[in-house]
Amino acid sequence: MSTVSNTGFISARRFLLWSGIVALCAWVLVPIYLVALGALGGRSGVYQWPKTVLPTGISLEPFLLFLRTEGVFQSFLNSLGAAGITVALSILLGAPAGYALARYNFRGKDSFRLLVLLTRAFPLAILALPLTVSFIRLGLYDTVVGVGLIHTVLALPFAALVTQGIFLGVPRELEEAAWVFGCTRIQAFFKIVAPLALPGLVATAVFAFVISWNEVFAASVLTVRNRTLTAYLLTVLSESPMHYRFAGGLLLILPSVVFIFAVRRYLFAIWGISSK
Amino acid sequence: MTQNRSWIPYLLILPTVVFLGLLFIVPLVQTVWLAVSDNGVPSLANMQTMVSDINFGRSILNTFLLTLAVVPIQIAMALAMGTMVSKVNGGRETILWIWTIPLGISDLAAGMVWLSILQNTGYLNTLLFSMGLIERQTAWLTYQTPVALFIGIAIAEIWRGTAIVMIIIVAGLNQVPKEFKEAAEIFGASPWTRFTRITLPLIRPALQSALILRTVLAFEVFAVVYALGGRNFPVLVGEAYNWQNQNQNYGVAAAYAVLIMVISLAATLFYLKVVKVDPERLP
Repeated sequence: MSTVSNTGFISARRFLLWSGIVALCAWVLVPIYLVALGALGGRSGVYQWPKTVLPTGISLEPFLLFLRTEGVFQSFLNSLGAAGITVALSILLGAPAGYALARYNFRGKDSFRLLVLLTRAFPLAILALPLTVSFIRLGLYDTVVGVGLIHTVLALPFAALVTQGIFLGVPRELEEAAWVFGCTRIQAFFKIVAPLALPGLVATAVFAFVISWNEVFAASVLTVRNRTLTAYLLTVLSESPMHYRFAGGLLLILPSVVFIFAVRRYLFAIWGISSK
Repeated sequence: MTQNRSWIPYLLILPTVVFLGLLFIVPLVQTVWLAVSDNGVPSLANMQTMVSDINFGRSILNTFLLTLAVVPIQIAMALAMGTMVSKVNGGRETILWIWTIPLGISDLAAGMVWLSILQNTGYLNTLLFSMGLIERQTAWLTYQTPVALFIGIAIAEIWRGTAIVMIIIVAGLNQVPKEFKEAAEIFGASPWTRFTRITLPLIRPALQSALILRTVLAFEVFAVVYALGGRNFPVLVGEAYNWQNQNQNYGVAAAYAVLIMVISLAATLFYLKVVKVDPERLP
């Protein structure tokens, strides 16, 4: 084989490779661009025919008008509240469990892991159906706290497994050295382990946020007036005009994309751990 | 030292156990009881109502067809993405970030995104019109066009749900030792042989968890269907939602929930059995 044809062969392969990569990037990005055009194009943009893919006739005005629509902003706040509760609970409950799994051997450890893994085989949001009755009795029905609780069921097993991996990554010797130098276990945890585990814990928290922010079914079943953004959009879907639907889609997408960007370094480490 | 502190791990897992007990195990039992009882007496009335409902057969068929169409394509795309990105040196981070964006997008938002493309005055019709393939605006998402509606929903699901599969598979591919592939290359194995004989067996654990996760999620499909087709395309979770919220019949909704759980559990067991993970062959 001559050198010339060899390099030609290689660059043809590289060309194919990069066209594939670019095509897949476009497959992800172009639809988001198009829904943004729809959200910023207003009513006239929706009925424009045929469409142009250039950003003509767009302004922030239609999107702001949508934000000022009755119920939108409140449901946005409700979504933030439910996601905040989910983040707090799943870290506060999940991180100690992850620490126990990482550092201790104890009887029942396997059963506990099984309980956590079992949640994965079930469509958890469905459990909102029977909870309606108990939540009405407890005064949790149609509250942000109630939605936060059911979203924690989704995020907690994930948080426990991921934090287990994070704590496994913090060398045990460091912690033991702190004990030797007179730290109590609790001091050693907060002075030595927590700072080292912090980036991973933040990434886990971001994921818990995204899980709650995006959940539609349980939130729609458990709320009537205090709807989260997804539940609100789902219920008004059939009577809202097209450009409101696109604006709603864009509003849902923006925060979670920013968050995913913030934790992009940890995505693969986290999923590597949690899928073991 | 550890002997007299053996209560510590139990204290640490206690909150999680109590929480999952109250909000996972209890509702699970409640769902099953709601489904197989009527006013507190064991009864199959809810099951009968569910089975004889006009949408029952169609929602089962639609959910299964959608899962069968979507999951294999997502696995194949994720494997292709993982292989492609492993051949890239510069820009790897950026490419992976772009490909993971849909991970942060809810199924409802994905439905709205694809609605902007597939609606009557949308970009698909514009494209087909400019290519001369259609003469006027065509509706794709109606009761009269079930095949087009199905394809539209499947595309939206593939668009949104592939990211998670890709992440799990890339994480698995990262753990395959380079030496294995190099050795195979030296012995003259073709790229395809290397892929099927070396890579695939080694990423079995990742494949297994990706399959379980995606299949359970695929049986839960709901909001994307609702956003694109309204009630033109019944699926199982959508029926459960309607029985609960529109008809206020919690029993039949629970019957649907039990059905969905049984299917998800069966799929999980199926994958655990079929995609066997042999610990001795792992690197």
